[in-house]
Amino acid sequence: MGEKLSFEYAPAPESRALVSIKPKYGHFIGGKFVAGSKHFPTINPATEEVLSQIARGGKSDVDAAVKAARKAYTTTWSKMSGKERGKYLFRIARIMQERSREFAVLETLDNGKPIRESRDVDVPLSAAHFFYHAGWADKLEYAGLGTTPKAHGVAGQIIPWNFPLLMLAWKVAPALAAGNTVVLKPAETTSLTALLFAEVCQQAELPAGVVNIVTGDGSTGALIVNHPGIDKIAFTGSTEVGKIIARAVAPTNKSVTLELGGKAANIIFEDAAIDESVEGIVNGIFFNQGHVCCAGSRLILQESIADEVLEKLKNRMAKIRVGDPMDKNTDLGAINSKEQLLKIRELTAAGDSEGAERWSAPCDLPGKGFWFAPTIFTGVTQAHRIAREEIFGPVLSVLTFRTPQEGIDKANNTPFGLSAGIWSEKGSKVLWASQQLRAGVIWANTFNKFDPTSPFGGYKESGWGREGGRHGLSAYLKGVSHE
Amino acid sequence: MSNRIDVKKTYKLFINGAFPRTESGRTYEVKSAKGVFIANPCLASRKDLKDAVVAARAAQHGWNKATAYNKGQILYRLAEMLEGRRTQFVDEIVTVTEVSKAKAEKEVTDSVDRLVWYAGWSDKISSLSGALNPVAGPYYNFTIPESMGVIAAIAPETPSLLGLIDSIAPIIVGGNTVIVLASTKAPLSAMSFAEVIATSDVPAGVINILTGKKDEITPWMASHMDIDGLDISGLGGKKHAEVKSAGTENLKRIYSFKNADPGRILAFMENKTVWHPIGL
Amino acid sequence: MSFYGLVDGTEASLKKYLGSLSGVDQVGADARAAMLATRSIKTTSKRWAIDTAITMVDLTTLEGADTPGKVKALCTKAVRPDPTDSSVPSVGAVCVYNDMVKIARTHLDLIGGQHVGVAAVSTAFPSGRASMEVKIQDTKDAVDAGASEIDMVIDRGAFLSGRYIEVFDEIVKIREVCGTQAHLKVIFETGELVTYDNVRKASFLAMAAGADFIKTSTGKVAPAATAPVVLVMLEAVRDFYAMTQVRIGVKPAGGIRNTKDAIKQLVLVNETAGPEWLKPSLFRIGASALLNDLLMQRMKMDDGYYASPQYVTID
Repeated sequence: MGEKLSFEYAPAPESRALVSIKPKYGHFIGGKFVAGSKHFPTINPATEEVLSQIARGGKSDVDAAVKAARKAYTTTWSKMSGKERGKYLFRIARIMQERSREFAVLETLDNGKPIRESRDVDVPLSAAHFFYHAGWADKLEYAGLGTTPKAHGVAGQIIPWNFPLLMLAWKVAPALAAGNTVVLKPAETTSLTALLFAEVCQQAELPAGVVNIVTGDGSTGALIVNHPGIDKIAFTGSTEVGKIIARAVAPTNKSVTLELGGKAANIIFEDAAIDESVEGIVNGIFFNQGHVCCAGSRLILQESIADEVLEKLKNRMAKIRVGDPMDKNTDLGAINSKEQLLKIRELTAAGDSEGAERWSAPCDLPGKGFWFAPTIFTGVTQAHRIAREEIFGPVLSVLTFRTPQEGIDKANNTPFGLSAGIWSEKGSKVLWASQQLRAGVIWANTFNKFDPTSPFGGYKESGWGREGGRHGLSAYLKGVSHE
Repeated sequence: MSNRIDVKKTYKLFINGAFPRTESGRTYEVKSAKGVFIANPCLASRKDLKDAVVAARAAQHGWNKATAYNKGQILYRLAEMLEGRRTQFVDEIVTVTEVSKAKAEKEVTDSVDRLVWYAGWSDKISSLSGALNPVAGPYYNFTIPESMGVIAAIAPETPSLLGLIDSIAPIIVGGNTVIVLASTKAPLSAMSFAEVIATSDVPAGVINILTGKKDEITPWMASHMDIDGLDISGLGGKKHAEVKSAGTENLKRIYSFKNADPGRILAFMENKTVWHPIGL
Repeated sequence: MSFYGLVDGTEASLKKYLGSLSGVDQVGADARAAMLATRSIKTTSKRWAIDTAITMVDLTTLEGADTPGKVKALCTKAVRPDPTDSSVPSVGAVCVYNDMVKIARTHLDLIGGQHVGVAAVSTAFPSGRASMEVKIQDTKDAVDAGASEIDMVIDRGAFLSGRYIEVFDEIVKIREVCGTQAHLKVIFETGELVTYDNVRKASFLAMAAGADFIKTSTGKVAPAATAPVVLVMLEAVRDFYAMTQVRIGVKPAGGIRNTKDAIKQLVLVNETAGPEWLKPSLFRIGASALLNDLLMQRMKMDDGYYASPQYVTID
């Protein structure tokens, strides 16, 4: 446990020369890069180095973007056949594949996630989302959503910082496939891959105004949400902000989907394949530094195997490589911002004071940048803050159960309902548990698996609607089920 | 002004990712509508068909296992390659059929777009056609469409390229492998399309193309016990009954289609329904 | 025999022991092995890995056409893999059929290769289809001829038909024949066992029965030493150590053809069983062509440019 490995892996850095970052960016409106104002720095959270200056979109920027999106919708996009729309999306997918290494490096520098993850997960999935949705553009009448489905018009989309490019793909691809045009605001701390995506739109010769990108902060997002020229809102972020948005659009006719927070239970039954379950636990909470809405942040462990699993888990955690995200061997990168790091520290301090037992994997954290060692809390009960509140960091709360129903009840005992994990080698038990769990995504004997064909979204306070698959399309078509 | 002699192409069959000549050594003449000599394509024999079936069967397991995403990307690549070579195809259609260049351009355009359309079906067909069936008991019951196996197809005489696409793409989207008999009078599109296939990462044996006479090859396709299905869209209506009768020995699924729609994909897929109890 | 106190030698107790093992999820194991294969090992760590891998190679010739000449050439290469560079370490052992053991041992001693062991395959390698008497004699011959390591095969027919106690008893008997002279490697032929559950079961069975090393394959059947299979075996030796405080070795054999493959194996060891296993007494690689690729990569690291097969010896 915690031995220093004698097979030291020498540094294996990916090359930064693959990307060229401008010193300053504006917005992407009407097919062009336009100047912005009220710039603020965006930093590399692993080094605190300033990467660039990002514009804070204000009223005139949002107005211009919505206007451009409306014009593009009315004069071009809504008149274009699905067949032709789809071919633009295929082009975008292929160009993203071509420039994938560039996107991966940029994502890692801006977000802090390991290059291996952005290279092997984020970017390929993003391209796949465009490829999948491209094929829907001329097949909407087959989606089971009506014989002549119509787009909403202009969609306002606000995305978070944890999977910047992937969240962009999840929003833009279906919106465009369904015939909408978009105004998208990337997260404050992670705008760079969205701005590179704008270049891809230009290379694909996407008609001007179909995709518009306005960077900024919460105030920019509010301008988009409240803009009368927006027909549909799609938001991924915290439950707190999701509720604000829901309140803001309640008196309007705007259609809205929300993908919010979670506090997913990862349930390990005694008949699970133990080593693979341990991998599933690690993947569930330490993948992407735990900055995952569907993270398996509560380990619900059958008591009869608790000691064995926890010992294996600690041994496995000691092998997690924390450090320079640009190193190809890094498993756990930087926390995205100082603000987030403080939140994680606050909640883990609550864990200590409420009597849970903390254990962190021994690791050398770099001096500069924002870092948090992979941590577990044992002796956690449902009443602890760390069992109820989303920490959004590499921190796992461990609870135990005796009977299967007790495990399910603990798992469901939360206002969230985004995802859950079930580990058991017994098929009928897996299906039984998946039937009982009140969550929108259930992973059995696996975790954190995503695919453009697979609908993703939550029950209860984890949000409204689904993204991906046939079910995800309905959000972008007008009057499909409800007003 | 120099009178350069151009290098004329030898047209061969396309079997197992390679371009062999017919084992029979026979050819036939293709002439333009006005009777001008164009080429001597292979006159395929039943042994060529047999070789193609062996190749298609060997390739089917791997092709079926490829992810829907991968299959879709390969079909899209076919579209990319065809688009890149449009001039060649336009010229060949004009040369053989002597339609106007504009008509030929439209056929090639439609063929590229048709491939793109089928490419986009790969990762959607099972979401639409599969089902979770609400049986009256504590069972998970789901139906999934699966590939049938090796399918043979007779492409229509015209349109020689677009008709060929419809005889190939929907069959392979479903995870099957295919042997297609090209248009007899206008086989150039098919043989050139084989070049497109060879440069599109399509695994060897997934698509096989024969050129020759329908009357000679069709009966062997119909009776072959290792062919699971037959698309006779390119065969005159009068011959259908005969073919269907000949295919009954192994209960071949024999269909003919008029349009491009997802039904063409599902026709050559089987529905599998799985039950599993739900409980502790 | 105490069998570490895990079983008492009866079929009932063996069944209970094997039945208590947790299963292996194939997709999960494949994913973990694939993730570890993305480790990028460069510069100093790569150089260390290459030299370490060389010391772990069991340089092998197991052909019907083997002759004394072939075996002697193999031994010379084993002691001094690169005649132009004395800094290259010797390999772990040579691996031959039992009628070649004496020739190998004599020649090694002649050329200053006393530190290189001779491993003999035995028990009707590779099929394992012979009587117990023949298998015992096979082993005895090799040990008497000077083999310090015995690589036996298990009876896969018995294993796959559920006669685990027969598999167990065979290993116990062969271990007895090895005595203190030779250490025993038990080959599972994982390509024939097919499932990871079987590999895990075979691992725990063999370790309780007295194996010093568990080995994936004979090299005669594909698939041989795939990454997930080696992962499952490394997890088994790790768990066995937790139960008994005894470290059992692992030997992948077959399919490890180049330096990249070998380094992937070392990463698997490092991050599964742990760095204590990164030595020839606990990890070996059964290979033949691998050695030259390791030498060529070593040359590239020292010289800075890609090597050519012309600069390494064919045997």
